[in-house]
Amino acid sequence: MNPKQKQRLVLVSLLVIGLGTGVSLVLMALNENINLFFTPSQVVAGEVPTNQRFRIGGMVTLNSVEKLDNELTVRFKLNDSAKEVQLEYAGILPDLFREGQGIVAEGKLNEEGIFIADQVLAKHDENYMPPEVAQALEASGSAYYNNEENR
Amino acid sequence: MIPEIGHFILILALCVALVQAIIPGMGLLNRRVDWMNVAQPAAVLQFILVLISYSILTYSFIVHDFSVLYIANTSNSELPLIYRISGVWGAHEGSLLLWVLILSAWTAVVAIYSKRYPVDVGAGVTSVLGFISIGFLMFTLFTSNPFERHFPAPVDGADLNPLLQDPAMAIHPPMLYMGYVGFAIPFAFAITALVQGKVDTAWARWVRPWAIGAWVCLTAGITLGSWWAYYELGWGGWWFWDPVENASFMPWLTGTALIHSLAITEKRHALRNWTVLLAILSFSLSLLGTFLVRSGVLTSVHAFATDPTRGIFILIFLGVVIGISLMLFAIRAWQMRTTGSFTLVSREMSLLSNSVLLLIAMLTVLLGTLYPLILEAITGEKISVGPPYFSSVFIPLMVPVVFLVAIGPLMSWRKENLSQLLLKLRQPAIIAVLFASLLLLVLPGKANFTAWFALLLAFWVINNCFALLKQRLRNTNNLSQGLRRIPRGWYGMITAHIGLVMTVIGIGLSSVYSQEQDVYMAPGDDRTLGAYRFEFIDVKKKPGPNYMADVGTIHVYKNDERLMTLHPEKRLYNVRRNVMTEAAIHSNLLRDLYVSLGEPRNLESGSWSVRLYYKPFILWIWLGGLFMVIGGLLAVTDRRYRIEVPDEKLKLDSTHVAAS
Repeated sequence: MNPKQKQRLVLVSLLVIGLGTGVSLVLMALNENINLFFTPSQVVAGEVPTNQRFRIGGMVTLNSVEKLDNELTVRFKLNDSAKEVQLEYAGILPDLFREGQGIVAEGKLNEEGIFIADQVLAKHDENYMPPEVAQALEASGSAYYNNEENR
Repeated sequence: MIPEIGHFILILALCVALVQAIIPGMGLLNRRVDWMNVAQPAAVLQFILVLISYSILTYSFIVHDFSVLYIANTSNSELPLIYRISGVWGAHEGSLLLWVLILSAWTAVVAIYSKRYPVDVGAGVTSVLGFISIGFLMFTLFTSNPFERHFPAPVDGADLNPLLQDPAMAIHPPMLYMGYVGFAIPFAFAITALVQGKVDTAWARWVRPWAIGAWVCLTAGITLGSWWAYYELGWGGWWFWDPVENASFMPWLTGTALIHSLAITEKRHALRNWTVLLAILSFSLSLLGTFLVRSGVLTSVHAFATDPTRGIFILIFLGVVIGISLMLFAIRAWQMRTTGSFTLVSREMSLLSNSVLLLIAMLTVLLGTLYPLILEAITGEKISVGPPYFSSVFIPLMVPVVFLVAIGPLMSWRKENLSQLLLKLRQPAIIAVLFASLLLLVLPGKANFTAWFALLLAFWVINNCFALLKQRLRNTNNLSQGLRRIPRGWYGMITAHIGLVMTVIGIGLSSVYSQEQDVYMAPGDDRTLGAYRFEFIDVKKKPGPNYMADVGTIHVYKNDERLMTLHPEKRLYNVRRNVMTEAAIHSNLLRDLYVSLGEPRNLESGSWSVRLYYKPFILWIWLGGLFMVIGGLLAVTDRRYRIEVPDEKLKLDSTHVAAS
């Protein structure tokens, strides 16, 4: 082999080894860290596998936020205008969390069907609706979504 | 009337951009010097026009012209002057105009400097930049005109998003854009070189300062953004692997690979194809970043309320740019065979390995970012990829990178004697193990493998920097003279590498030793984190210029001695009625104490939910970024880039000087 071919061989084998490690790391990590997204309707219909982390998105139901005394826990309901799910979150809610606002929460369902969130995401721009939430609302034929003003 | 003038001048700028793109480009293909000479005046004229148009928009912001729709949406009569100026890029339309302004400014600078390049190269680069400018000007004018009026004008504007009313946020977007757009220049050089079919050491020397300049801006932009997120968002996190953060990080990764690969091409004339490919990728990823941010296809904290036509426009633009450049690359690359050869153990090889690793790291980030989109398009399933994915993939890929950063500069070009190299590395390795282990015993908190490993890597790199300095100075007896004789670029490299390990230390130690608590606190309650005790005193109302604040008072004790009082705030902005958390942070090199207010929980007892953090060494993350920026600046200002090229070398069809 002349030096040029050798160099090319080294380059290619490096790429192959690197890509191989990269791909296997990626596949392993992806398998463990993907969160599926569900709407409240899907959760109520029991489409969600038990004991698995997932994301839920919808509007915070008006007058549903309940703050427990002497502890951090907050309870609220999330709806897609068709169905409603009870959530519980022991942490500090983001600034843009408000009743009537679209949010996404990440966590697990417990045995009583309450979603225990360990993360609540609200967006920085108050006009902005997470695309998943917008679609969930659209799917359930929400009056909110069909109102042009709110789009 | 004035906004219409701005709009009109922007249209003129588009016309000039057409001239700038087409005439020098035709001149390059037809070898007509007089056509090529149009490049420089056109580029400068375009910059002046865009600058006027941009200034007009700024002026309209300053004088509160709320009949302009964009200003009505992003400004307010109560907004302080500084944020009216920075508010110009506070939302989509204006930030695009800023993008165009920065592009035309970079282009004008290149055009002015183009006297140093052969006339055909200067013309080609200006022409390519002109085509990019056409794309973005059309995008601005047709889908996101910042000068659009609406009547009747509202009495007052809707105000700038309070999150953006912050000094770091005011300069973060321009820095980031200067980085994004800056990679257009290496890209333009790459395309010109592909068209002409010549990539040589002179080419690499022309491109290097531009690539480093863009990299410096991008590094500064990302560092500022991360620091801003840390103190402004009130979550205490500094990197979220959010799609938009990833969008800025991907060009940074390939850009880092590019500036290193350029070094090989310049010094050794090797790996020319690889360098050209990295230049194309860096700019393509910058465009992809723009697409991800502007189209709103991804759920992200940064996403703006968007209009789908914009996304489609950028997607088409992205497709055209990447398609044409990769096609050109495919046609031409095989003609540029590598001439400089090297062996398995050599500086080239270590640089190459690192750029391959950086590219792979970029691909994993890209996959994690786009995977939800792809999966939804195929199966309709909606998923999100969490930060653990990125950490578990990215960190293992970065460990060998940092390891090689230490030894690469110690190796010779072309061929290094392995046993000699090992001999050189023995001492630094022993010291690194020793120092890391000793330091771990001193640090607060339990000994931990991750922390030890981060320290080990850091000392490994730092020790090898010393070894490198020793190697550099081995032939001089006069120390200060020897130090002065080392080129500035070399100091730049050392500074940037030390910056990298500072960031590694910051990430490693803060992730291991941080303590955080979200707690419910009534006045008089206290909590202990590490050696610090936080006592919650009260929260009082206090008005600000354009907001009403709840100001908390928290005493911090160490060993029962009062150390400081922290005042976190919760602000309610008057116009938009939105709430903002202002964390109170006390930082020094060893640790940050971070307190932010959650929300009032019981009005009678005055209790609040409060977030308390103790974060050791977190400041080092951004200090590392600062060092990388300084290193880059040192490299850019190296005098060899300022050397004037003699006139006769610049004539058309001249053979480029090969650097020895």
